[in-house]
Order: sequence, then structure tokens, then C-alpha cells
Amino acid sequence: MTFFSWPLAIGYLILAPFIGGFFDGLDRKISARMQGRTGPSVFQSFYDVSKLLQKESKMVNHLQQFLVCGFLVFVVFTGVLFFAGADLLMIFFALTLAGIFYVLQASSANAPFSALAVQRELMQMMAYEPMVLLTAVGFYVVTGSFAVREISLADRSAICLMPGFFLGFIFIMIIKLRKSPFDVSTGHHAHQEVVQGLNSDLSGPVMALVEVSHWYENVFLYGVIGLFILNNQLWSVPVALVVCFLVFFLEILIDNVCARVKWQLMFRSTWIFTIIAGVINLLVLILFHLGVK
Amino acid sequence: MAKVSKSPWVLHYDGASCNGCDIEVLACLTPMYDAERFGVINTGDPKHADIFLVTGGINEQCKDVVKQLYEQMPNPKVVVAVGICACTGGVFKETYNILGGVDTVIPVDVYVPGCAARPESIIDGIVKGIAVLDQKREAMKQGKLPELNVEDISEDGKEQASANEAQNAEAETTANAGEESK
Ligand code: SF4
Repeated sequence: MTFFSWPLAIGYLILAPFIGGFFDGLDRKISARMQGRTGPSVFQSFYDVSKLLQKESKMVNHLQQFLVCGFLVFVVFTGVLFFAGADLLMIFFALTLAGIFYVLQASSANAPFSALAVQRELMQMMAYEPMVLLTAVGFYVVTGSFAVREISLADRSAICLMPGFFLGFIFIMIIKLRKSPFDVSTGHHAHQEVVQGLNSDLSGPVMALVEVSHWYENVFLYGVIGLFILNNQLWSVPVALVVCFLVFFLEILIDNVCARVKWQLMFRSTWIFTIIAGVINLLVLILFHLGVK
Repeated sequence: MAKVSKSPWVLHYDGASCNGCDIEVLACLTPMYDAERFGVINTGDPKHADIFLVTGGINEQCKDVVKQLYEQMPNPKVVVAVGICACTGGVFKETYNILGGVDTVIPVDVYVPGCAARPESIIDGIVKGIAVLDQKREAMKQGKLPELNVEDISEDGKEQASANEAQNAEAETTANAGEESK
């Protein structure tokens, strides 16, 4: 049986901000504990957003507001498509489109820090996009379908045949979750170099929209992690949830251990890792005729 | 409303300080004091900040920067002067290049004395600032902003449009005013 259907998509639409916001707070709490600090409340993200909503909005231009809304809409669109069980390629392209809106938003501000952040964000996208597309291809080779619904109905979990893709996806999640590298990151840490990255020229309610979009995005990303585990057995659902949680913990650990990664290292290591983990896994699948034809 | 004050984001600016106070400000974020447990984030971006933490006195060079940062912060906002230099000019008060404390250029809400101000008192100052922030937020809801414009304080008060609009243009006015007075 599959859970990927419209009711789940509607559930995502309503619940993702709460789940995403809670895990964002949990993330900060666990990070703080790893650093030997008490850390903020797990509901801190909600406090932050509710405060931002009450602040005055100082817009640089009106286009920016429109583009931020575009970012939110397309991130939500991506997630809804995913949880409705639609085509994985379309989902990843929608995610990229959302990313482009986010970048355009900053470049429209025409400010030095935003411009720098735009360059680095584009660099980041170049670093992680190959792995994202490879993941979609990998799912196709293994299950014979791009549809999330059918992938989740496979006889055995996709991860059995695509461990390399799984590791590669975890690797790019570090970038997607805005954890590392520190000189692009727009996370809630003191270790950022480019002021606030793409958010430098946002304030008040518009900034709150960006935060909420990130929550939606994060829930979707962990959904993809879950998709590696899901199969047509019911027990795969709790296993998928446990794996998601372990990956969540692992990402925080990586963030805290590699706090000083710069974008050059990120760029090189991501491509090398993509080739080692993703491409080799794909070659093995094709050469040995594993997976569904 | 209690929730709102749980998220004070801080912008830290070092005026003409001896760096003693700055070290103490950063000490507030270390595991020992961990100001983040109150939701404090050291943002480094005036457009995200609620509390403007200034250390050190004000001189001709940093005067315009302080004004511009203040202008870029969205309402409601609070200014906390950390250390006796930021309060009055401190040991540097009599020197030829120091204008005085932070309140010579922007309105200050909370003064944290000490040389250097201790992390405990800085955190106390931030907590006091949060209370002021709440008052200002209430006032903002009722449509009246208790904010003083920086121009009201600076010597050469210029005619100024609404503080909420055209902040870039405003920053320019401020910068020009600074140059003229030089
Ligand atoms: S108050 Fe003391 S420690 Fe602080 S900036 Fe002034 S001289 Fe330095």
C-alpha cells in the first residue's frame, strides 16, 4: 500500500510548517547541546517567525516581495506534488524553479552582500544539482518508474540497490538544509561570512515567508530520504521515519564537526562525491542489469 | 505577546571601543552565558535586528555608520549602549575626536555601565531592552511610533520624510549631513 496520495499532500500542505518549524527548533537545540550550551526552546523558530510577522517591512523593491512569494508557492508546489505521488523529475524541476525564484529575489535587491550571496548560491546549485538529477535517474533504473507513487510500491526498498545515491543525497542535503559551507549559509549560526546570504535585504513579514518556505522545503527533503526506504510492506513506514530521524541527527553532527567548510571545498567535494557515490552506483546498476527493465 | 519578546535578534556594532566590551559581548554567546537560550541571535544584518548593541564611544568616522545602521533597522527597535564609553564617552570623553556616547547620534533606550561591562550586565541590559521593545511594539500597533528620528538629535537637523519610507534616500541625507559638518 502507498501513502502517497492527495490526502497526504493536503496533510503536507497543512502540517509541514508545524513539523518543519518544530524540527528547525530541535535542530538548534541539539546543535547547542553539542556545543555544550543550553540552547533556545524547541519552539524558538515559531517565536522568531511570529516576531518577524509583527515587524515593520522595509522592502527594497516590490519585485522582491513577488519573488519571495514565488519561492514559497513553488516550494509548496514541489512538496504537494511529491506527497501526492507525482513524477519525480517534475518535482525536482519545480524545486529548482523555486530555488531560482529565491536567487532572483536577492539579485533584485541590487545590494553588494546580496549580489555576493547570489553568486555563491548559484555555485551551490551547480554543486548539488547533478546529484539531484542522478537520484531521479537512479530511482527510474531501480524501479522502472519516475512516479513517486510507484517507487514507493516497489517490492524492495530502493536503498538496497542504490546505497551510493542515498549517501550522495545525504551529502547534498547538507547544502540544501543550509548547514554548510559557512560562507554561503543563511542558517541561524554565528558562523556566516556573507551577512545573511540571500536574506540580507529581507526584513519583517517577507523574511518570515522565507523561513516558512524553508520549513516546507526541509520536510520535502526528508520525504525524499524516506522514499529510499519505502516499499510495499507496511513495516517500511516506521523504518523510513527512523532513518529520517537518524539522517536529521547526522546532518546536525556534520554541521557541527565541519563548521569551517568554505565554498571552494564544498564545490569540489560535492562533485567528487557525486561521481564516486552516484555515478559508480549507476554504472553498477546498468552494467549488471540490476533493477527493473 | 509574551512569545514575541522571546526572539530578540541583536546587531552588534563596535564604535570607537577599546575592544574590551566587544569581547564581553561575544562572551555572552559562549557556552558559559549562552544568550541564545533567550532566543538571542547575533545577526550581523541591520534589517533583521531588533536590538542594536553599540560598544565604544562615537567619533566622526563611525557617526554616519551608526546612524545608517539605526535607520536600516525595521521598527520596533531598541538601542542598548554597552560599556561606559558607549554611555558617555568614558575614558575617551575628553579626547579631540570623540563626540561622546551613542546618544549623541541616535536615541538610546538602555545604558549598560561598566568598563568593561560584564556579560551578566549585558544580558540584563538586553532583557531590559526586550521590555522596551514590547512597549514600542504596543505603541506601533496603536499607530504611534515612539521613535525619535536621528535628525532630531544630530546638530544639523534636516527636513526628513517619513522614517519608514525611502530609507536609502534617508541614509544619503544623513551621510551628506555628516560631510557638511566636517
Ligand atoms: S567601557 Fe572600557 S572596556 Fe568598554 S570599550 Fe570603553 S574602555 Fe573599553
